[in-house]
Amino acid sequence: MSTPMRRLSIKEQLEDIPGTYPFTKERCRLGYHLNLFFTTLLKEENRREFLADEDTYLAKYPLTDEQRQAVRARDWAAMLKLGGNIYHMSKLGGTDHLTFQYLAGRMAGMSEQDYRDMMMRGGRPIAGNRSKAELPNQS
Amino acid sequence: MARIIAGIGTSHVPAIGVAADQGITDQPYWKPLFEGYGPVRQWMKQIRPDVAIIVYNDHCVALSPASIPTFAIGVGDEFKPADEGWGPRPVPVVKGDPDFAWHLAESLILDDFDLTIMNQLEVDHGLTVPLTIACGQTSEWPCRVVPLEVNVVLYPQPSGRRCFALGRALARAVASYPQDLKVVVLGTGGMSHQIHGERAGLINREWDTAFLDNLTADPQRLLSLNHVDYMRDAGAEGIELIMWLIMRGALNDDAREIYRHYHIPASNTAAGLIVLEN
Repeated sequence: MSTPMRRLSIKEQLEDIPGTYPFTKERCRLGYHLNLFFTTLLKEENRREFLADEDTYLAKYPLTDEQRQAVRARDWAAMLKLGGNIYHMSKLGGTDHLTFQYLAGRMAGMSEQDYRDMMMRGGRPIAGNRSKAELPNQS
Repeated sequence: MARIIAGIGTSHVPAIGVAADQGITDQPYWKPLFEGYGPVRQWMKQIRPDVAIIVYNDHCVALSPASIPTFAIGVGDEFKPADEGWGPRPVPVVKGDPDFAWHLAESLILDDFDLTIMNQLEVDHGLTVPLTIACGQTSEWPCRVVPLEVNVVLYPQPSGRRCFALGRALARAVASYPQDLKVVVLGTGGMSHQIHGERAGLINREWDTAFLDNLTADPQRLLSLNHVDYMRDAGAEGIELIMWLIMRGALNDDAREIYRHYHIPASNTAAGLIVLEN
């Protein structure tokens, strides 16, 4: 006799989507100051000030050391895991004159050309990418 | 009396705006997409709407993490194109219709839809790219605009069912405006795309096609889709498609589909376009 399966909550189902970081209240709280920092880059004078001396600029905001490090290293995947939201992160991308497609490729762990080629072939297929249960080698 | 004559569903990919602004729409990458916009631009010139209600989302530009309204309406005289981190788009300032927008706000709130009122609002690609798609390059936009902004970024976004009901209320609000106005409603964003995480680049043509088919013929079927359905099958950012349901809800049940265009890729996105007439 099989054990009845407990129905997963919407939040649990969201977290079951592979390679995806839904912007939930947890991530919103974790990344609040990081995302506020990105917001300051909407002004040209702030972009210039930031690029001229990133450490001094970043010191003005109450970020964690990990968040600061991720920004300095332009580690987009790390920013995401530290509560960064992609739309906020795109302000830093814009500051660096990088496109959404570049950022997406970096987060997907692909070269710019490989990512672009994948999109030209019709994008990443849904088959095999719907659930963490479909991924190979997932514990 | 004001009346809604048509609805448009369209993607609002920033790169589409960049391609138009840089004049590279004839390049092989962009040509098939922009060729599909021609018939809609012609049609817009024929129907000459007075006002476009544009349902869109701000991409963390006018709205910071400090406050995140679920639904907001722009009631100002004008809306300047915003600097999104790479300078504002070189497109005309968007003219509002404060009398009409305030009427909509008042009607919707009295109809139990508690919108946030934005007296000041700069608009990002979410609103200006649909204008470019529908109107082309121009020194002045051909109609006034009422922005209706939706949170599609922070979970929980409003449900598709709630969005459709807001569209219904929007239709009532428009119909109760005494002045003769021809109104089009644009639902923007989508279609399938994901621009973050290891799964970035997800596209689901089959799902998008079913969404378009149901949007015209059987929108009630779409109302049971929940957050997981959108984010799993249409990509995390594909949940923007709930905004198309506001447009659909604002139209008559028997609205006719008069045009459809679908192209992969526009940057990271499956770009869709549909026109429905009342």
